[in-house]
Amino acid sequence: MPFIPHTEEDIAEMLASIGAKTIEELFDEIPKELVSGELTGVPPGLSEMEISRLMMERATTDGFYQNFIGAGAYEHHIPAAVWQITTRGEFYSSYTPYQAEASQGTLQLLYEYQTMMASLTGMDVSNASMYDGATALAEAALMAVRSHKSSRRILIPKTVHPVYRQVVRAIVSNQKIEVVELPFNSQSGQVDPGSLAEFANEEFAALVIPQPNFFGVLEQVDALTDWAHSKNSFAIGVVNPTALALLTPPGEWGSKGADIAVGEGQSLGIPLSSGGPYFGFMACKNDLVRQMPGRIIGRTTDLDNKPGFVLTLQAREQHIRRSKATSNICTNQGLMVTAATIFMSLLGPEGLRRVAAQSHANTLELVEQLETINGVKRAFSGPVFHEAALTLSAPVAEVLSKLKQKGILGGLDLQGHYPELGNALLVCATETKTTNDLQNYAEALKHALG
Amino acid sequence: MLIFEHSRPGRRNYSQSPATAASTAKIPQNLLRKSPVLLPEVSEMDTVRHYTRLSQKNFSIDTEFYPLGSCTMKYNPRACNSLAMLPQFLSRHPLAPEDTGQGFLACMYELQETLKAVTGMAGVSLTPMAGAQGELIGVMMIRAYHEARGDFTRTEIIVPDAAHGTNPATAVMCGFKVVEIATDKEGNVDLAALKAAVGPQTAGLMLTNPSTLGVFEKNVAEMSRVVHQAGGLLYYDGANLNAVLGKVKPGDMGFDVIHINLHKTFSTPHGGGGPGSAPVGVAERLLPFMPIPIVAKEGDTYHWITEKEKPQSIGRLSAHMGNAGVLLRAYIYIRLLGMHGMHRISEFATLNANYLMAELSKAGFEIAYPTRRASHEFIVTLKDIKDKTGVTAMNLAKRLLDKGYHAPTTYFPMLVPECLLIEPAETESKETLDAFVKSMKEILQEIELQPDLVKGAPHTMPVRKLDDVKAARELDLTWKPSA
Repeated sequence: MPFIPHTEEDIAEMLASIGAKTIEELFDEIPKELVSGELTGVPPGLSEMEISRLMMERATTDGFYQNFIGAGAYEHHIPAAVWQITTRGEFYSSYTPYQAEASQGTLQLLYEYQTMMASLTGMDVSNASMYDGATALAEAALMAVRSHKSSRRILIPKTVHPVYRQVVRAIVSNQKIEVVELPFNSQSGQVDPGSLAEFANEEFAALVIPQPNFFGVLEQVDALTDWAHSKNSFAIGVVNPTALALLTPPGEWGSKGADIAVGEGQSLGIPLSSGGPYFGFMACKNDLVRQMPGRIIGRTTDLDNKPGFVLTLQAREQHIRRSKATSNICTNQGLMVTAATIFMSLLGPEGLRRVAAQSHANTLELVEQLETINGVKRAFSGPVFHEAALTLSAPVAEVLSKLKQKGILGGLDLQGHYPELGNALLVCATETKTTNDLQNYAEALKHALG
Repeated sequence: MLIFEHSRPGRRNYSQSPATAASTAKIPQNLLRKSPVLLPEVSEMDTVRHYTRLSQKNFSIDTEFYPLGSCTMKYNPRACNSLAMLPQFLSRHPLAPEDTGQGFLACMYELQETLKAVTGMAGVSLTPMAGAQGELIGVMMIRAYHEARGDFTRTEIIVPDAAHGTNPATAVMCGFKVVEIATDKEGNVDLAALKAAVGPQTAGLMLTNPSTLGVFEKNVAEMSRVVHQAGGLLYYDGANLNAVLGKVKPGDMGFDVIHINLHKTFSTPHGGGGPGSAPVGVAERLLPFMPIPIVAKEGDTYHWITEKEKPQSIGRLSAHMGNAGVLLRAYIYIRLLGMHGMHRISEFATLNANYLMAELSKAGFEIAYPTRRASHEFIVTLKDIKDKTGVTAMNLAKRLLDKGYHAPTTYFPMLVPECLLIEPAETESKETLDAFVKSMKEILQEIELQPDLVKGAPHTMPVRKLDDVKAARELDLTWKPSA
């Protein structure tokens, strides 16, 4: 019996202790008419050898590609130590650290994580993570509305990841919160701070500011943050954590700094794995901490005055506050954050900065090479981090299909989310790409368009 | 010692990041970071030692018996981890074309189909990233269903008082008012109270069955009739599915929408608090409202169903498709167990719980619902012990840590005073359960002879009892270099 240790003798002794004749008898409180009988539609069990073979076959079917897609999930080198330590049973198979004295490992690690994320984002505090970047943004919007008290409207530029905007809308609309979309400048690919004048007489709980934005373009974050504050709105930064090693953190945007910073943590040591599990991060200014959802770890002392760590501010959370909680969330992405913390420790400030700078440089080099091809142009004039939009002279889907035949995933077709951009392609070259890889891509694209 | 305290300026791991620092001259000066990033500067070996040592300060299933009620801490098979981490799966970009992920999608499709089969639901979506998100998505579908029929008067969700805190919190997040109903002496939902609570304002009822009291809700068929007759829908919180898998299907009990905690019943790791995964299942009438994406099969190929094919969908609730890697682990687990293994889950979880309940009762512990069968878990109440000795459920829980056992769930459900909710899970052997009973007996003796020993527990952990009040009052949430 897979994963069940009971011998026939054990079963007999246990039933005798209970005073039951059969295991079946233990289910006698289930009304007869509800009992389902033998399951159908479930295949017979496989041995570990058989399932290994099946999974290897399926993995082989999927194969390997040269990946130039970014769009919110980025391929970076992950040091071997990250997942070897993360999958140690003591991290992998432990529960939420409610019993603090028996969970000091996870709790201290989360405290270290909070410290790293607060510093990266330039904020005072960080929680212990959210499900993913998209839901972290939705929770930030809810948090802003709770704290703002008078407005139930959120202003989100169309340069924010389109799926993030969908997720935000799906979640906040339950509470009758309105999402207003802000157009971008079609030349620069940025939000034009001047365009905000049209909202001069409207009230918003928050303005969302992406950095970099979905097109990889860097926004004029100082002007946007100051505009939000001049209107008594919160400024919510949606940021890439790798980029933060190079770029001004949200906490230092404008004259007062953004109020909340969120984003997708995947690029900090989490494999692409078809989209998850990743983790979202959320950090904020001190005065908002009691409105922040999710787990938060605090340092305290024990009976001997020795330092130790506990889950704190639990009075915000559902298991204490039930219907009055700041959110229904009762989990974080513990294991993902374990990996991210080890990843950030191994890279250190200079290592992360080099990863960011090399990704930036590789993308610039790729774009430069591609621009020399007939029929390829940069879509936007704004400065970029490690991703850029291009316009092509042919339908992007056809081009991507040809690239795929050469083992290259050439980027994301923007047709679905931004039909107004025409034949537009979003490409990303992280530090994982060599000069040779970039040349190969350029040659393949030239061929595909030729 | 914190990782930051191991840090030395200028120390680096040269193999792990680019050899040269590339130019950032093309980034406008005013957008470049001026403040330093507070990450540690430590060697690879120091990092590995530091986090290995931290891991050793954790209790885990791999190292200790973990009878944490309502959490289903069963063994997480190693094969599920290593096969889900095959390099092709790990390197696949979520936006890579479908034809480059047919192997992965086949696993997802078969997982969807198996979950439908074992729950009796008409459709399953794998997107929810945790139990609470499954609940949110489920309740959103209930709202969408009513609104699609032009019924905007249903503003209330009914929740039993024994429910997980996520149930009422979820209902509020969805804009509903929560109506709590009481539990009777036998641990069942008070049927009369339910009948009085339903009406044209009822959007639905959220129910966990077996309940968090560790007993099967006998009147579930009648409850289903009452709620449906009032025009409401029935939500099944799958937190305790481990107790009835292969015995009774939520679909057959009349539930319209369910979530299944894969990190409980399907043995994906808890990971120190996530990632979870909680696919939602729906009855026929909720199919149009399911969250996207969903995997479909046409001929021999698999593809994602998106908003185009499901225009009434409540939408997307994650940036991609949910916690793919967790779903793969659950799929592998299901294939290892197969049909008979599915049946055995609930059988041996129930056998272990009833055995442990019988043995603890014989040892002198008071069972909260002694006339009932345990499901996969049961409640011990220490009310009498506390009245007589001052020793609380929390004291006993902490003392168990000293004996090498993770504590059961304490003070939940809140309606049983001084409670311990104990769930042994099917993967534990009789010897482990017997040893646990032996330790519980020892503690019972200690309570009598040395109550202060128990009250001052734990004594053998890396730290003694921690000051929660101080933590909340003098917030220290990040390390500061000057400190």
